[in-house]
Amino acid sequence: MRLKAKDGIKAAVPIMIGYFPVAMAFGILAKGGGLVFFETIGFSFILYAGASQFIGVSMIIIGSGVGEIVLATLLLNFRHFFMSASLVQKLGHIQKSLRPILGFFITDEVFSVASFQDGEISESYLLSLEVLSYLSWVTGTAAGYIIGNFLPETLQVSMGIGLYALFVSILVPELKKSSKAIVLALLAGGMNSLLRYVVKIPQGWSIVLSIVLISSIGVLIYGRADD
Amino acid sequence: MTRVLFIIILMALVTYIPRVIPFVTISDKTLPKKIRMFLDFVPFTALGALLIPGVFSAIEGELIISLVGVVFAFVYSWKKDNMIISVIGSIGVVYLLMIMR
Repeated sequence: MRLKAKDGIKAAVPIMIGYFPVAMAFGILAKGGGLVFFETIGFSFILYAGASQFIGVSMIIIGSGVGEIVLATLLLNFRHFFMSASLVQKLGHIQKSLRPILGFFITDEVFSVASFQDGEISESYLLSLEVLSYLSWVTGTAAGYIIGNFLPETLQVSMGIGLYALFVSILVPELKKSSKAIVLALLAGGMNSLLRYVVKIPQGWSIVLSIVLISSIGVLIYGRADD
Repeated sequence: MTRVLFIIILMALVTYIPRVIPFVTISDKTLPKKIRMFLDFVPFTALGALLIPGVFSAIEGELIISLVGVVFAFVYSWKKDNMIISVIGSIGVVYLLMIMR
């Protein structure tokens, strides 16, 4: 079944729920750090990359240099290169004019939901999934800046589990289908922990290295059967 | 332009370029089999690395509550295929535990 825009809208709901409180926290943090409204919203509007926004604001607040901030961002977000490449494989033909747009909105959550969606993903599916997720992020940021924390603090902290719950819910149906899913996910999680806590390389770099290393090992393990 | 805005634009550029390169370069191309297999594995390995070890500190300083939250999501999505309830439910469970703490 080829998926349409309305499937993308439906798939966006859990991401929107997960994004809003995190974006709100970002708006609050940026305001507290002395950023003006259009700078804060600019982060979400033109950068649109969760973790790097938090790190970027923190680095600006402590007075880090421009080069240092930009390099950290590049390393942290480079994983999206592999995510985009993986999704493009599944999309089939994409209109030329849509390519630069669909690429802009790639995030961990959009990628994960779209990758494991039942059915054949299409441009309109991906675009609606992407744009709604984006709107939640941008409005959440504005709400955080303007209204501040209108939710009880304990509830807002609790909502931090949301995106992890989303990742788990995406992975679980795959675990039922094949052992490959659990083997690859656990190996990547183990590698990421090792790189972070034992080798002590920064978080963004450790995620992208884990993805590349374990996916390559996967090809070595599972590729043989097909030779 | 403010210094902050200048930084945001540079950050956005180095983020956008890796996101968009695959869309403009490999659309409509058939990649070698091993590369395709590698890319097919990326969703699994990415989810693994996004979850572990970050999930253990999903709620900062609350290992047990974080774990209960994701175990709820795990069990619920094992039984039912509804991501929305799974996400809202785990937030609810964590919220209850946080109040009772």
